[in-house]
Order: sequence, then C-alpha cells, then structure tokens
Amino acid sequence: MTAPLLKVQGLKTWFDTPRGMVKSVDGVDLELRRGEILGLVGESGSGKSVTGFSLIGLVDAPGRVVDGRIDFKGEDLRAASPARLRELRGDRIAMIFQDPMMTLNPVLRIGTQMIETVRAHRKVSRAEARAKAVEALGKVGIPRPAERIDAYPHEFSGGMRQRVAIAIALLHEPDLIIADEPTTALDVTIQSQILAEVQKLAAEMGMGLIWISHDLGVVAALAQRVAVMYAGRIVERGTIDEVLDTPRHPYTAGLIGSTPMANVRGRPLRQIPGSAPPPLGRPEGCPFRPRCAHATDICRTEPAETLAGGHGWRCFHPLQDAEVRP
Amino acid sequence: MTVFILRRLIQAVIVLLVTSVIVFLGVYAIGDPLEILLPGDATAAERAQVAASLNLDAPLPLQYVTFLTSALTGDFGNSFVFNRPALTVIFERLPATLELTITALVLSLVIGLPLGLWAGTRPGTLVDESVMTGSILGFSLPNFWQGMMLVMIFSVWLGWLPSTGRGDTGTILGIRTSFATWDGVTHLILPATNLALAQIALVIRLTRTGVQETMPLDFVKFARARGLSERRILFVHVFKTILIPIVTVIGVEFGSLIAFAVVTETIFAWPGVGKLIIDSINALDRPVVVAYILVIVAMFIVINFLVDVLYSLLDPRIRGRA
Repeated sequence: MTAPLLKVQGLKTWFDTPRGMVKSVDGVDLELRRGEILGLVGESGSGKSVTGFSLIGLVDAPGRVVDGRIDFKGEDLRAASPARLRELRGDRIAMIFQDPMMTLNPVLRIGTQMIETVRAHRKVSRAEARAKAVEALGKVGIPRPAERIDAYPHEFSGGMRQRVAIAIALLHEPDLIIADEPTTALDVTIQSQILAEVQKLAAEMGMGLIWISHDLGVVAALAQRVAVMYAGRIVERGTIDEVLDTPRHPYTAGLIGSTPMANVRGRPLRQIPGSAPPPLGRPEGCPFRPRCAHATDICRTEPAETLAGGHGWRCFHPLQDAEVRP
Repeated sequence: MTVFILRRLIQAVIVLLVTSVIVFLGVYAIGDPLEILLPGDATAAERAQVAASLNLDAPLPLQYVTFLTSALTGDFGNSFVFNRPALTVIFERLPATLELTITALVLSLVIGLPLGLWAGTRPGTLVDESVMTGSILGFSLPNFWQGMMLVMIFSVWLGWLPSTGRGDTGTILGIRTSFATWDGVTHLILPATNLALAQIALVIRLTRTGVQETMPLDFVKFARARGLSERRILFVHVFKTILIPIVTVIGVEFGSLIAFAVVTETIFAWPGVGKLIIDSINALDRPVVVAYILVIVAMFIVINFLVDVLYSLLDPRIRGRA
C-alpha cells in the first residue's frame, strides 16, 4: 500500500475576533491518495473552505492554524517556511476558486497571468512559458488558444474563465489540486462539462483532487471518497458508496434526504430541522445535537471517531442499515 | 478612436467659446482700466483718445466680436501694462510655472506612492498611523502657512536654501530651465515642496485606500495560490489596479496645482504666470487676464484628454467602449 499523498490530522484553524474565538476548523482529519478525488461536503460556514486554505498556508488574518499536522508527500507543511509554501503553491499544490469572475486580475491579459505563474516556479524564457500556457489552455478545451492567450479576462464567458483558471492550476502538473466550489457560479450545462473535464484530467495526470462543495449530487458524480463536514469537524467519511448508501451520522442522512435525486421522484425533499449553529455559539459535545432526533445526554460529550474499515463517523447513535434505506 | 477624438475636439471648442464669453464679461465687470492706466489729472480728450486706441469706446458686444475675431488668428491683443502681445507675455512666464508644477507633481508621485503602498500593506500599524497623521497635516495646514514655515526653517534658521526668485537658468534641449544649474535647482526645491505637500498627502491617501481595498480581493488570493511573490503581487497586480483611480485624480489635480501656484509663486517670488495673473488683475490688464484664463482652460482640456487616453490604456474593460 502506497503512502498517502496528503494526510491531515487534527487540523485546527481558529480566528481570533474581537467577539471571541471562532473555531472554523476544529480537528479535521483527511487522507488523500494519488489519482483520487475526495469530496469535502458541508453547508456554508462548516469550515470546508477554511480547511482548503489552511492546507496551503493562505488563511486570512486573524485566522491561524493553531494545531494539527499536514503531511504532504512526507513533508510537514505546518513546519514549512512561508518561502517553502510559496514554492509549493501553484507548483505542487494548485487551487481553483469559486468565482471565475473574481479570480483573474481584470487589468492583465490571461497570458501575462499564466506566464508569470510559470516563471514563478521555473527558470524558463518568456517564449517557453508562453508555449506552456498555450498548451495548457488547449488541454482544458479553450478554442484557438494561441490567439485567446492575449485576451483579457472580461473577454471570456464565465465557463471559459473557469477553464482558464483550471488551465493555470494545471500548468505545472501539480500533485494536488484543491478546488473550492469551482462550479457553483456556473450554469448546470457548463458545470457538467467542467466536471467531466476535471475528472478526465485528474485521472490522466494521476493527481489528487480535493473537491470542496455544498452539493452532494456533484460530489457523488465526481469523487471516489467523501468527507462530510459540520461545524468545523468531519462528522463522517468513507467511500461514496459507503457514505451515500449506508450513512451512519444523522447529519449525513439528513443531507442525503434533502438532496434531489433523479431516481426518486414525486416525494417532497426532507429538511434537517433547525439551522447550523452560529460560529460563536456552538454547543458542547456533538455540534449537531440540537438538531438531532437521536440525541441523548451522552451527546453533551465529544464523540470520538468510530472506524469500520475506511468508513468513519463521529456519533454515539449511528444509524443502522434499516433506518437508512428510504 | 477617431470619433472619440473628434467629439472631444468639438467639446473643447465649445468649452473655450463659453469660457471666453464668461471671462470677457467678468473682466468687464471688474472695472474700467482707464482709471488705472491714465493719470488722475487726464483730460476728457486724452481719455477718449486712449479709449479709442484700446478699442474700449465700442459697445460691449462689438468689443467681444472684435476680440474673438482677432483671437481666432492668435492675437489676444496687447497687454495694457507691457504694451506687448498678451500671449507673448504669458508664454514667457509659463515655462517657469510649468517647471514648478511638474516638479511638484513628480515629487508627489515619487514620495506619495511608496508611502501609500507602505502604509497600505500594514494597516493599523505604527507605520500606517504615522503616515496617515502626517498626511492629515499635509491636507489641513494652509498652503501659504506651510510655505512660510518652509522659508523660516530652511532659509532663515538653517540657511540651506534660497527663499526667493528663480535663480540661474540654463538651456536643456532648447528649453530654459532651472534644472540646468545647481543654483536653479536650489531655488526650485522650496517652492516645489510647498506646492507638492498637499498633493503628496492626497496621493498617499489614494494609494493606501486603493491597496487596502484591493488586497482582500479574490484575484490577489488566487495570485498567492499561484505561488507569486508578494513583491510581484503588490507591484504588478495591486499597483496596476489602483493606478486607475490615481491617474484620474492626479489629472484633475494637475490643473489645481497650476491654480495653487498663484499662492506659492507669491510667497517665493517665483516669476511664473501665477504672479503675472495677480499683477494683471490688480492692473486690470484685460488682454492678459483673458488670454491667461483661456490658456489655462486649454491646458485643462488637454490634461483631461490625456487622462482619458491613459485611463483606457490602463483599463482594458474601457478600451472596447471608447
């Protein structure tokens, strides 16, 4: 068995705000192998984006990674210097952001932005860097890349812009790509095109991909494994089949119940009662307790992770198979 | 682009025409130049003769038409005081003022931009607070007072720099300028600094605000995620973005620098057009006043045009629409 590409243990990223300590990420464990796509699912404010940024040392002040280990190809990224992290970013670890309208600098040609990305990591001439950029644009399906490279971001549509962002992420054939809701801002047709493209490229290049999303449907179509995040913690993780077919955590089951599926028609979607706890007023113990039908007194203490093979959950009252099947 | 330039030219002509009417009426309202030009004991015959020679006896609309037709041929009339063409008098003095204002503008950018970037990247720190407090002083202390203090400190107490006049000039590339001699440069330092102080404060604030508004944007974060150095992010990505508002404001401010030069030139006895216009207004030297204002308006129009061109060069999103 090969060593994982990325292994995160007990990651905690806290924000020291005037109103109190916001524990956005509060003990996250993740594991990712080469060529694997991991879906990181959760609702807004669950800490999934902050987790992504924590991995590459880009948490905005006043946020800080306060605890945990991030092993990337055997290197401890928490101990890495800012200079080392800069070296890795865009080279070995690339990121794709949510809004393609905002991620490219509007006053610079996309060629300029691609060439500078190449030259930030390799000592090559401008011509070589440009050739590499044209190639990357072609790879993500931009028509006439040699011409379009001199265009400005506003001359591309949203979907094309996201392809440009993906091309930039692919420039150095990274080992790991962190994609932070990259298709949320796109319409459904473009979304499925991009998904297919990304899946193909990830498989071709054998890289690890963390796909951060609130959309369980997208993740189910794309990822091999999934981690469900709630209030700063991973509440359940496992393969797509394990988690979707036999969810153990009531929150996961709730998420599945509230996701429209093509094969179940004519039945109203179920809701999870209540709403996610505010970041400063999270309950002790299991954070899902106030919304959970199964909660008992023991849920006031922190549940440890139960592991059954690769399938893990943090719950005192895991659902049984019989309860899960619709 | 041709349509754009043509439209701007037509606008410029209209602006100049309207200004000429307003200025002509305004100067007419200030007073009768004969009162100043003639000695108190002048006879009525002498009055009539001088009035006729200066075309001051014609009715006002006719005077304007006469003025306009000769102005179109480049003749703004002779200065009542110097008895030479008004335009010549102005263009003799203009280089001194332009030298002063351009030096002030360059100073404001060379000092203001780095300080603004420095403060902007360190919000809330001692550096930021100090730079911002300094810029408030630059803004709020009256220009003439700053000038007097500069003279007091650097000329009177320290005796480092001369406080009046332009000093020796030399010729560089056919232009007479103070930069050609060391004496000229020392004479330029104090007035240019005086003129630049408020501009430096303005540039600092614009730059700092721009940096602080641009840094949290997604494209900066994405640039970091691409592994770019902080230097490149600040000096290429952020700087190019904030240059757009800075260029706009600087363009407008360049005009007001020329206007404020009146105060500075008076304090430092700088032989520029600012001092000339004050003297001309006092002497009711109509041709000079009218020609001066039209020259300044024309300069404003040219500056604004240049700003628009620069603007479209800096912002590709506008280029398509111009």
